[in-house]
Amino acid sequence: MPAAETKTRVANWLEERLGLAAVRELMAHKTVPVHSSSLWYYFGGITLFLFGIQVATGMLLMLYYRATTTEAYESVQFIMTRVEFGWLIRSIHSWAANLMIFTAFVHMFSVVFLHSYRRPREMTWWSGIVLLGLAMAFGFSGYLLPWNKVSYFATKVGADVASSIPWMGQALGRFLRGGEDVAGATLTRFFAFHVVILPATTIFLLLFHLVLVQKHGMSTPPWIGVNGARQMPFFPNFFLRELMAWYGALALLGVLAALVPWELGEKADPFAPAPAGIRPEWYFLAEFYTLKLIPNHVLGIEGELMGIFGFALLALWWVLLPLWAVNRNGMIRVRLVTGIGVLLMAYLITFSLLGYFL
Amino acid sequence: MKLLLAVWAALGIGLAAKDTCLDCHSVLDGKLQAPAAAFAGDVHAKRGFHCSDCHGGDPNAEDPQQSMSRAKGYLGKAPRTAIPKVCARCHSDANLIHKFRPQQRVDQLALYQTSVHGKRLAAGDNKVATCIDCHSVHDIRETRDAQSPVHPLRLPSTCARCHASKQHMASYKIPTSQFQDYQTSVHWEALAKRRDLSAPSCATCHGNHGATPPEVSSVAAVCGTCHVLFEDLFNKSPHQPVFAAAGQASCIVCHSNHAIHKPSTAMLAGDASVCAPCHDKESEGGKASAEMAGLIRRLDASLEKSDRILERARSSGMEVSEALLRQTEAKEHLVKARVAVHAFNPAQLRKPVEEGLAIASQTYSSGEQALVERDRRRLFMVVSVTMIFLTLAGLWWTIRRIEQNRSVIP
Repeated sequence: MPAAETKTRVANWLEERLGLAAVRELMAHKTVPVHSSSLWYYFGGITLFLFGIQVATGMLLMLYYRATTTEAYESVQFIMTRVEFGWLIRSIHSWAANLMIFTAFVHMFSVVFLHSYRRPREMTWWSGIVLLGLAMAFGFSGYLLPWNKVSYFATKVGADVASSIPWMGQALGRFLRGGEDVAGATLTRFFAFHVVILPATTIFLLLFHLVLVQKHGMSTPPWIGVNGARQMPFFPNFFLRELMAWYGALALLGVLAALVPWELGEKADPFAPAPAGIRPEWYFLAEFYTLKLIPNHVLGIEGELMGIFGFALLALWWVLLPLWAVNRNGMIRVRLVTGIGVLLMAYLITFSLLGYFL
Repeated sequence: MKLLLAVWAALGIGLAAKDTCLDCHSVLDGKLQAPAAAFAGDVHAKRGFHCSDCHGGDPNAEDPQQSMSRAKGYLGKAPRTAIPKVCARCHSDANLIHKFRPQQRVDQLALYQTSVHGKRLAAGDNKVATCIDCHSVHDIRETRDAQSPVHPLRLPSTCARCHASKQHMASYKIPTSQFQDYQTSVHWEALAKRRDLSAPSCATCHGNHGATPPEVSSVAAVCGTCHVLFEDLFNKSPHQPVFAAAGQASCIVCHSNHAIHKPSTAMLAGDASVCAPCHDKESEGGKASAEMAGLIRRLDASLEKSDRILERARSSGMEVSEALLRQTEAKEHLVKARVAVHAFNPAQLRKPVEEGLAIASQTYSSGEQALVERDRRRLFMVVSVTMIFLTLAGLWWTIRRIEQNRSVIP
């Protein structure tokens, strides 16, 4: 049988079962707007790529990792020193986690500054915000898993902050810790959050987010308008460019893993005093530093409680952005949203730096 | 009402007792007011004791003639020779003291009477320390109170008030350099600089209430209270009978008494050797001390070399915690070797030194391997990144080629 005929028969067999013509049709006609801010379109894809890296390296780490207080640290140490390329897998997993949260933040702010959250993309914004929250929850739960001194005490501080929320705080703290203190039960449930509950929720929401992106296409900034931008075919033009960004991210991960391997630190000792200068991961630093600055009592209310309440209100207000960003005439308040976005970004950067250095 | 008052009293809630001593003295001037002013912070005042408990008299009488009447048991200011017994009226009474502190000792007077201070006081020497000289008077605080003159951090300076005074010590013909010497010691460093309240100070070696200079024969036992292994080795060593026969106070011969400095190999060999005054370089003792110094220096140098390479590997991000843990084990052998010096037999040092050297060699090798691995990883990274950049160049070329044929849709 000639090769061409075999190829046709295989294609027909697949077409009959998978209906790939529809996908080909979609790829042939899908376009991406081209304008001065097109660069920001790549960050969603880079975040997705880094999430993929997380899943792949996470699965490899699970082959050796043991989630008990007596074995967690030793198993990570084993991965770093004995498993072939274990150091690379763990370092890439940790660095990719941090880069993913960074690119997710960049993606979020690019959506704000390009005003892509506006109608009909409100659901895309909300699902994206929840995905960012899930990414941070991945970070918080994964941080404890090596069971080292810094992660142990940072988790303790994080769980204590959760416990200070009125009414539900005590129950939430107990739920997070699996008891009254950070111990073996905490490690077990953080592992379950990290490898089952959060991935399952994330994949569902991610698909929802991607379907919406596909349904509504790429948003064009209001000052350009839908018809004002030239279009680039998604495949292969945009796809190959996105692939270049992914390769760039991969190169960066390789450089970081080789030059600055992720440290393991000292094993956690619940009976040892907390090390000096304990602080959370960088993406919680701004909130952490703000809580540190708030006086013990504000207007007769406990300062920390006031801070948490303030953050909750700010987060809710931010989530509702697509609703308040539109004026009575249905027009986007471009200047107001941009100004607030700049202020929020400046606050996060400044307070994170202060939290890191002070 | 009476029943209510009885219940009130039984519960220990207490009604404000009248104390005319404080009432009057607090409005007097100068020296007469000072005791009343200081007494507010005194542990006795806090526990419900009154001036009359030490000084006698009637604190309920308004008239000073009555309140300070000999007929009412007024003692006035106790003479110095009577002070230990005045304090002991309560402090030797276990029934009373244990109401406040069940574990508190009640043998202070008995111990004091065995001390040099107590014996001299009994012989009529009024210059020696009594209870109030160390614990102060009218503002006496618990030992754990940082303001107490006998709090561990303040005790050396309290002893020094008399013992560092040339004038005060002149008639006793004893040196006054103890405190100055102590301030150069490792014990002072632990106490004053590291704020280690368990660090040895005057009372640790000399006793507190039974303060006595250790006899020459008991110095090793005094040091051995903390330095158990050293004492044990020394007592089995050839030095013990020689020092005892010569009337030399064991540990002090090499380490001094108050100015105890951090020991080093320089004490064994070289110009500052403490062995040299007795052992000539060419003698058996001189050779032994040089050999011991050599063994310790060899292990020390080897450990330092391993520390350096492991630090280089660690700061490059390499995981060397296992080797660092092994290094701690090797350092324990160095400590054992330093302890073994007190047997004054090089053979006893060889085992810990050789064991330490074996571990140091392994940890050095781990450090070397970590650095080789670091370089391998960097090479691997350079190759990978080069390949990625070649792929990126290929992708860019492909995009350009595609866009030459089919440009951006207008």
